[in-house]
Parts: sequence; structure tokens; C-alpha cells
Amino acid sequence: MKALMFGWEFPPHILGGLGTASYGLTRGMSQQEDMHITFVIPKPWGDEDQSFLRIIGANSVPVVWKDVNYDYVKQRMEGKMSPEEYYHLRDGIQYDYRRIGTDDLGCVGFSGRYPDNLIEEIGNYEAVASVLAHSLDFDIIHSHDWLTYPAGVFAKHISGKPLVIHVHATDFDRSRGNVNPTVFAIEKRGMDEADHIMCVSNLTRRTVIEKYGIDPRKVSTVHNAVEPLAHPEEFTKPERKDKLVTFLGRITMQKGPEYFVEAAARVLSKTDGVRFVMAGSGDKMAEMIDLVAKRGIADKFHFPGFMRGKQVQEMLAMSDVYIMPSVSEPFGISPLEAMQVGCPSIISHQSGCAEILQHAIKTDYWDIDAMADAIYAIVKYPAMYKSLHELGQAEVNNIRWYDAGLKVRKIYDGVINHTL
Amino acid sequence: MKNICFCFQMHSPYRLKRYRFFEIGNDHYYYDDMATEEHINWLVETSYMPLCQTIRDMINLSKGKFHCALSVSGTMIEMFEQFNPEMIDVLKELAGTKCVEFLATPFSYSLAAEYNESEQKEQLKKQSALLENVLGVKPQAVWNTELLYTDEIAYNLNKLGYKLILTEGAKHVLSWNTPNKVYQSAGAPKMKVLLRNTNLSDELSFHFSDPGWGNFPIDAEKYANQLNALPEGEDIINIWVGADTFGVRQNAGTGIFDFLKALPYYALEREMGFMTPSEAAKKLAAEDVVSAPYPLTWSGEAKDLSVYVGNDLQQEAVQKLYAVAERVHLCQDKNLKTNWLRLQDVNYLHYMNHIDQGETQFESAYDAFINYMNILSDFLQTVEEQYPTTIENEELNELLKTIRNQEEEIQKLQAQLKKKK
Repeated sequence: MKALMFGWEFPPHILGGLGTASYGLTRGMSQQEDMHITFVIPKPWGDEDQSFLRIIGANSVPVVWKDVNYDYVKQRMEGKMSPEEYYHLRDGIQYDYRRIGTDDLGCVGFSGRYPDNLIEEIGNYEAVASVLAHSLDFDIIHSHDWLTYPAGVFAKHISGKPLVIHVHATDFDRSRGNVNPTVFAIEKRGMDEADHIMCVSNLTRRTVIEKYGIDPRKVSTVHNAVEPLAHPEEFTKPERKDKLVTFLGRITMQKGPEYFVEAAARVLSKTDGVRFVMAGSGDKMAEMIDLVAKRGIADKFHFPGFMRGKQVQEMLAMSDVYIMPSVSEPFGISPLEAMQVGCPSIISHQSGCAEILQHAIKTDYWDIDAMADAIYAIVKYPAMYKSLHELGQAEVNNIRWYDAGLKVRKIYDGVINHTL
Repeated sequence: MKNICFCFQMHSPYRLKRYRFFEIGNDHYYYDDMATEEHINWLVETSYMPLCQTIRDMINLSKGKFHCALSVSGTMIEMFEQFNPEMIDVLKELAGTKCVEFLATPFSYSLAAEYNESEQKEQLKKQSALLENVLGVKPQAVWNTELLYTDEIAYNLNKLGYKLILTEGAKHVLSWNTPNKVYQSAGAPKMKVLLRNTNLSDELSFHFSDPGWGNFPIDAEKYANQLNALPEGEDIINIWVGADTFGVRQNAGTGIFDFLKALPYYALEREMGFMTPSEAAKKLAAEDVVSAPYPLTWSGEAKDLSVYVGNDLQQEAVQKLYAVAERVHLCQDKNLKTNWLRLQDVNYLHYMNHIDQGETQFESAYDAFINYMNILSDFLQTVEEQYPTTIENEELNELLKTIRNQEEEIQKLQAQLKKKK
């Protein structure tokens, strides 16, 4: 089974959850012996782990035919691609893309981020897809999130191979209902054209069916999983006098930071010895600092700023409670990461990961009382912490990408054999 | 001759209200009375009432040959008095037939037998007194909470004067032996033990309407044949189920009531009799000894206490609760005593099970634990206010004795004074 995947991010250079999920899923799938994955991203950095799949940078695929000699290509493509491969891809150029600005090899430059001219980059990515569809050999096309839907659709039209799309988020989640019409149109077209749609949670599946009007029969749920920690023992919880309750993520409307502040105020009105941390940054940060001051809890409420990499896990391992009161979260991998290092998690029912977690506390995002109650219980009743700590960790260690990969494979087989 | 011993068990907990931590110390009322009433009404209507009426009909139709037993907790009787007095009437009627035995059961269906012996004693006494008062019967045999049994419990109950206890015929205790005869407790030689026939009882509770069950469909004749086919010498077959098997677990549409009603006819036709537990203990001799050093119940796969106190949440709750037992026993406050009884209900612990939460109204084991612990925290605070933990139990006891004796002393002295005058 050869899959051609279109993605936008791949570790270690990631900007959001999409990259982490792409990595985990492809790695899990690669454990199936006959699975060969070619993963296209706009701009590889060269330090991606290619041990289990092949990465093609869209920025080294020629879309305009240039007459260049072997030695020149060899010198220019050093470390990225062999001249033979370049020539092979160049043979796949069937359309005239001279309107796109290209370099001396006929390749397009990509930022690989989320720039202002994002729509233009998506279009260029589509051009790259056409070349790949003409020159590569594959059985199925798999597109990750809306940025890559047009590329997937084009590749499908050219090759006649089935297209599955993977919905990691929709614009409804990002905008709390205030969708951008351009983005919606791209998403809708991708969903209509896809032979099958995979969503990261039942919550997202419902959004796809209800908001985009897609036939439920072609929409499945494949829950995300979490990469096991290489050295879980290196994260320890130091003894400290005060209990630590942590919020970690972008401080934006979607993540529900204000509910966390209100819950903190409630806990602090009744008890001492608890501190609250809101790590991260975002457009709501100033407002949150204001709110904390207004509630008079600034002495117990801290804003350490943005954290990355290992800092995140260290912070989580140090905490007594991790809280994610998201208003709308397609999946939300961070509670799983918290539970991996043994930190009890409180999550909103409006988060996709709530569907697969038993040993986490679930409340509605607006239910400040329930949230405060859960925080209080975890810091005051030892059995509560102990159970969530031990059982939560065991539970998360059982949520494996390999299993998610098997589900995806089943969908591939179903789509190819028309049995789905 | 083969005898069938039917027991039906009735109990339902008070519904706890949503109790947040910021109520601790402010709000001392823990129950959602409306939800309790609604649930009890439903339970009585769909199950308990039709069951009692069926039993009455069976006694009449068999001309008094059908006998059976009921375990009704004190909590349950209190609720009937409050919400469904017609249940009291029908129970009285059943008691009047002399065909129905009422069993001694811990007042609030608690695990006191395992955690506090004197509390267990209190609860049995209280339930017996209530039954005597309301129904005019005096229970003789013990149906402990969820059939909880150990040799030690048998010994303790024997000391209180009980001569018969009911428990589960669990495989790990019986091994190759049959539950269908009378046993003697290893903990107390004078204590007889009856064992529930797990398979035949579960066939009604869990499999009656299950098309996947090998014996489906079960009808009265087939069931009677099954009982009759048991080996010679197995004289007492104990079919004990929750009363809610009739109407709730198996709804009326499955024909479970008609099945029950028809059973005496087919059983009597095959010359089988019906006995209450006490009748069985009186008429049949103990043939073997049964020993259970560790708790035995009718719950879960393991047939032990793990369903109720198997995880950390349940352990913390039950330990914290019974840690104040001594103090509560010293106190006289009526409200506090009522709460103490109610909070011991085994169902609240069941709700905290991660795998099977019983008939919980909580979203998860954690949710149930949070709510219960908040309530318990408030309760413990009220106990603490009455008797601060800074004073040792024994010291407290002495002080209380002095205070209570004071009155007698004063009266004595006053009497003397009067005489002198």
C-alpha cells in the first residue's frame, strides 16, 4: 500500500498540534510492514526524521520546465534530492505554471508557516501536487487539514486515485462559529470531493456532518494518540508546600482561559495553599491579567509566559492539576501529555479527547463550579490525586498511534475496494 | 424432598444532592428529596408493589404452601412510610399470612459488619425494632448487606443471639461442594449458614430475557424441571435476588411476573416444597462446615468487597467515614445520627467504582467521590464541633458519663433533701 500524503507541518519544526499528529500517525502506520508513505510538506528543514517514511519538500519539486544540466542540479539539490529524481519529477510537468514565480530550477519557494498570503501558498502547493500526481506511483491520497485539501483534490482528479482527508480541526473550532467564508469554501470542497473523511473525534465528526452537510456514511472518527515518552523517569515532581494548578496553551478565546481564572477565584475563596499558573501567550493575555487583578487573586496566580519543548513537560510534571477548559477543541493532545508525566487532568466536555479518557475529570467549559470542585477535590482528597495520577498514566500509555494507524489502514482498504 | 427458598431484597439509597466544596460548613442538608421520592415512586410502581401483590396471589393460590422471605432495610421502611404508605399496608398483609419471613438487615444497608462491629449491632437492633413496630414481626435470620459474610461476622452475630445467616454460594468458598444444603459456620458452631445458588438466581436476574442465554426462553415448567433435576440430597435451593429483578432488571413485558406466579403450581406438582430461611434452618440439619476468613458477598465476579472498597477512592471514603464511628456513638444529636446512618449506605461506595457504578446518578466514579467527600467533610466538621479531636475518645467518654450521671446525682440529692425536709 503506497500512500501519498499532503501535510503542512512535520516535527521538529512545528507550530501547532497538526505537526505532532502527522508525525505520530505516520510513525504508527509505518509499523505495518507493507505500508509506504510519501509525505509532502511545503518546506522541510532537513533535520526531519525520515527513517520510516519519505519526505518530499514542495519547494524542491519543479513546476516549471527548466533546461538545467546534471552537475548543476546535483550541486543545487545537495542533501535534498538526487538529480535523477529531479529529472523524473520534471517529466511530470504537464501544465504551464509560468505565472508562478519560480527559481532557476523551476521550484516554488514556500514559507511553510501560516503567512498572510496563505491562500497563494495553498494554490502553489496545488501546482506541486499536480506534478507529483503525474510522476509518482501511489494507491491512495491522504490530505491533512484544509491547507492541503486543494492539493489532494487536484491529485485525485489527475491520477484517478481515491482521496481521503483528515480533519484535525475545522474553521468552526478556530472561530467559535464566526467562519471565514474563503476557508469554509476550501474545506467544504475538500470534504465534498473526498472519498472518505477521517475526523479526530466524534465532536469534529458531528461538525463535519452538521455544519458542512456531509453524508454521515463517509465520515469516520480516528482518535489521535500520543507518542510514548522516551524517558518518563526524568520528569519528577518536587516536594513543595503549595499545590500547583496549571493551564498551558495559547491564551485565546478557543481555550477558555477566563473560566480557569473564575474557577481559581472560587477555590481561593475557600482554601489556602494552592497556586495557579497560566502558561503561554495569546491575544487574551492582557485581559486575563486584568481579570486576575479584579478578582484579587494576583498573589496566587502566575503568568510565566510562553513555554516550549521540554519546559512544557517539566511544568506539567511539577503540577498537581492540569486544566484545559477549551470551548471547542477538536481533539486536544495536551491533557494526554500531562497524564503521561502523571499529572491529573481536568478537561471540558467540549474537547474531543474527553471521548477516549476515563481517568480525567470532565466538566462543561462554562461550569466554573464543577471545575472549582474538581480542583479542590484533587488538592484536598489524597485518593483523588493518587487515582488520577496512577490510572491516568496507565490509561494514556495504552492509547497508541499504532492502533490509530490500523484504523486508517482499514479505511484505505475500504475506500480502495469500495467496501466502505 | 426438595425445597425452594425464595428471598427478595429491597433497599434504595437516599439521593444525594449536588454538593460543592464551598457549601462545606454552610449547608448541612445533603439530600435531594425530590429525586429520592421520584425514584422510590417509580421503583414501587414498576417493581416492588407488583411483586408484593404477586407474592400475595401466590400464597392464596397455593393455599399457603408458597413461602418466601424479604430483606427490607430500615431506610427502605422509612421511605415507604414517608412516600408510599400503601407499601407498608401490603407488607403488613404479607406478614399476616405467616408465609413470609422478614430478615434482619443493617438499617442503612451499610458495611458496618466489616468496619465497626458495634455499629453493626446498633443497625440490626434499629432495623429489627422498626420492623416490629411497623409490621409486627421480629426478624430471626440475618441478610447482611450484599450478603457480606466472614467467619468473624458469623461469630459476632451469634454472640448477639442470631442462629442463621445468609450468604453467597461462591465457588472459591464451596469449591466442588453444593450450595443446596444447610451449612454450619466455621466461625460459630451454633450458627447455621444458607448459601445462595448463584447460577439459578442469576438466571432470573440477568438471563431471563436474554435470547443469547443457552436456556432461553425460561418458563416456569422448565425452571421447575431444572430444580427438580438436581441430585438427590440437595434439599434446599436458595433463589435469592434483588426485588428489582421483577419489573426493573426484567421488565414486566418479559413475563417475569407471570413466570413467578406460575412457579408454585409446577413446583408443587413435582412435589417440591417452599421454605423460608428460618424454616429451613429449623427442619434441616447442617451437613457440612463452611469457612470464609475473607469477606464474601454476592457482588461482582470476585464475590468479595472489591466492588465497594476495591479502589483508592472507595478506601479513602470508607476509612474516613468509619474513623469517627466511636465519636458518633457518644453523641445524642438526632440530625447527626440520621446523617451518620444515611452516609453509610453501601451504594455511595458503589458509585465510586471505576468499572461498574451500579445505579449511579453521577457522571463518573470521580464525580461521585467528589460529591460524597464534600458531604462527608461537612459531616465530619459537625462531629468535630460536637466533640473536638483534641480530646481523646476515652477521656471524652468519661466526661460524658459524668455529665449524664450528674442528673441522676442531682435527683438523688434532691430526693434526700425532700426527705430531710
